[in-house]
Amino acid sequence: MNAQAVVILPIALPLATMVMLLLSLKSIPAQKVIGVVGSTGLLLSAATLAWLVDRDGILVLQAGNWPAPFGITLVADRLSSIMVLLAGLMVFAVSVYSLASVNDRRVSFGFHPLIQLLLMGVCGAFLTGDLFNLYVWFEVMLIASFVLLTLGGERRQLEGAIKYVTLNLISSAVFLAAIGVIYAATGTLNMADLALKLRSFPDEGTVSVLSMLFLIAFGTKAAVFPLFFWLPASYHTPPVAVSAIFAGLLTKVGVYSLIRAFTLLFVTDLEFTHNLLLLIAGLTMVTGVLGAMAQNEVRRILSFHIVSQIGYMVMGLALFTPLALAGTVFYIIHHIVVKTNLFLIGGIVEQRFRTGRLDRIGGLYRSAPVLATVFFLSAMSLAGIPPLSGFFAKLTLIRGGLEAERYAIVVAALVVSLLTLFSMTKIWTEAFWKPVPGDAMTNVNFPRRSRAGRACLYGPAILLASVTVGIGVMAGPVMNASMATAEQLLDQNAYIQAVLPDGPTGQVPAVSRERTSP
Amino acid sequence: MDSVILKTAIRFLLPLLLLASVFLFLRGHNEPGGGFVGGLLASGAIALYAMTHSAAAARQVVRVPPRFLIGAGLLFALVSGVAPLFFGRPFLTGLWTTITTEGLGKLHIGTPLLFDLGVYCVVTGVTLVFVFSLLEE
Repeated sequence: MNAQAVVILPIALPLATMVMLLLSLKSIPAQKVIGVVGSTGLLLSAATLAWLVDRDGILVLQAGNWPAPFGITLVADRLSSIMVLLAGLMVFAVSVYSLASVNDRRVSFGFHPLIQLLLMGVCGAFLTGDLFNLYVWFEVMLIASFVLLTLGGERRQLEGAIKYVTLNLISSAVFLAAIGVIYAATGTLNMADLALKLRSFPDEGTVSVLSMLFLIAFGTKAAVFPLFFWLPASYHTPPVAVSAIFAGLLTKVGVYSLIRAFTLLFVTDLEFTHNLLLLIAGLTMVTGVLGAMAQNEVRRILSFHIVSQIGYMVMGLALFTPLALAGTVFYIIHHIVVKTNLFLIGGIVEQRFRTGRLDRIGGLYRSAPVLATVFFLSAMSLAGIPPLSGFFAKLTLIRGGLEAERYAIVVAALVVSLLTLFSMTKIWTEAFWKPVPGDAMTNVNFPRRSRAGRACLYGPAILLASVTVGIGVMAGPVMNASMATAEQLLDQNAYIQAVLPDGPTGQVPAVSRERTSP
Repeated sequence: MDSVILKTAIRFLLPLLLLASVFLFLRGHNEPGGGFVGGLLASGAIALYAMTHSAAAARQVVRVPPRFLIGAGLLFALVSGVAPLFFGRPFLTGLWTTITTEGLGKLHIGTPLLFDLGVYCVVTGVTLVFVFSLLEE
């Protein structure tokens, strides 16, 4: 086995785990053990991949030994490997958390195999270098997420799932249509090959239409304004372990695809595409945070904050300078860890009070000091208080904005940050500081958990909170990694060279484009 | 469904249909057919049996639980993908070998056939899960 074989591991390992889980579906202990072991394996393979990519540069695997652009190419560059590593970390945390929070009925219906299927789709989407293959991984991921969302069949789960499924199917249809058009126009779906062909594509109008189709398709998955409303309608309904992994990873696959498309493929008309992205980024931030302020349930508030923070990630992409893109990468790293953790903590709160409504809960600062600490760290990080990870992420983005002299978006980012702080303080004061409300006392039923059960709930939350603090403390190395990632993203020729070492196929003049700031 | 004719006929049809599905599966390598349509035909035959007799009787015919078929099918596909890695080739590269047998002459077989067998099993398994769940509702 050579180094390139490692590229396939984040896809093959979840598949292998899923096979073992399917063959042992009857035994609940086996499901739990294999699920956690498989997730640990994924985390380790992702770490290996990240280390190799950092050492050797872009790793390319031509599946089936068919040369690009004819076969399916898997590409692991810095961005891909960082995303896969984060996915591995999240699934590890969530698998452990699910041991004590997902009931046996759901486990026997296939919770663990579905999580592995979801991860296979997510990792596949991060690693593929082919647009149609990306579509296939999206579908793998969505099919798994449809079932996970409805698993258990509670009434409100189904209600949320209808909106989720409908919107995602529409965006898949748009995505597929866009793939059809781009294939008709260029005759290739390999991303590196496309990047070459789109550079010198004669008809600028077609490229603009294509970029907008992909913007709608990926934008819906990423939940940007005005295509986000499926997200707050569905994320609070499934079991917490499921919504945590959704919150951490699914929209980020959309963001990843947006970054890939708008750093590699559609970079010819920055004036139009990236200015539109900037507008979308601003509106996404503001609407998301305003939506969150109107909510009174922990997971609903957090869901709207996902939308708001997608705005920050798109902002860095839209500014399209190395610093701003580094900010986006840093923000994604920070966001996935913190957001998943907040959902996990919200889940522990909900388990205690059997509700997430802020007017029915309280007193957690006194009754659960560890939980309070972990929540405080994550929430303050989300709001961007130094020295936690969110501060450096936002600082980088804002510096990028100032450098590019786009002051409106900087102001929006700062105001939204303040409103995020307000919203986090609301959860803090209501759930943690306020005494337990009178009517809640009667129906509070603190579930008595074994020591192992508590460890499974608190362990992942503490782990992720320490990662947040770690990113803050180690901001220098993380920033260097983000910067290297951003530079690699902007160096399209390196990507193309790695995938197509023998040069372009067909008649394409080798144009080296000057980057222009939008 | 309570039709004596169908009920009797399916006993003879079932082996024939299953044989036809294997034929389709093997033919698919170079001509129209393959694991997907072969699997559909096989599960169609078993679904017919389940509708005329009972889902429980059909489960007896299949012997293994349908979800076991899904798992096994995925395992075949995974093995056909991983196997080339041990020969220093990229994931999913086809490995071929020729076996000479007395009666059949030369047989050219390789990992793509194993992959297709995986597809056959997964399709059969998934369809049967649907059919049995609906019949036992």
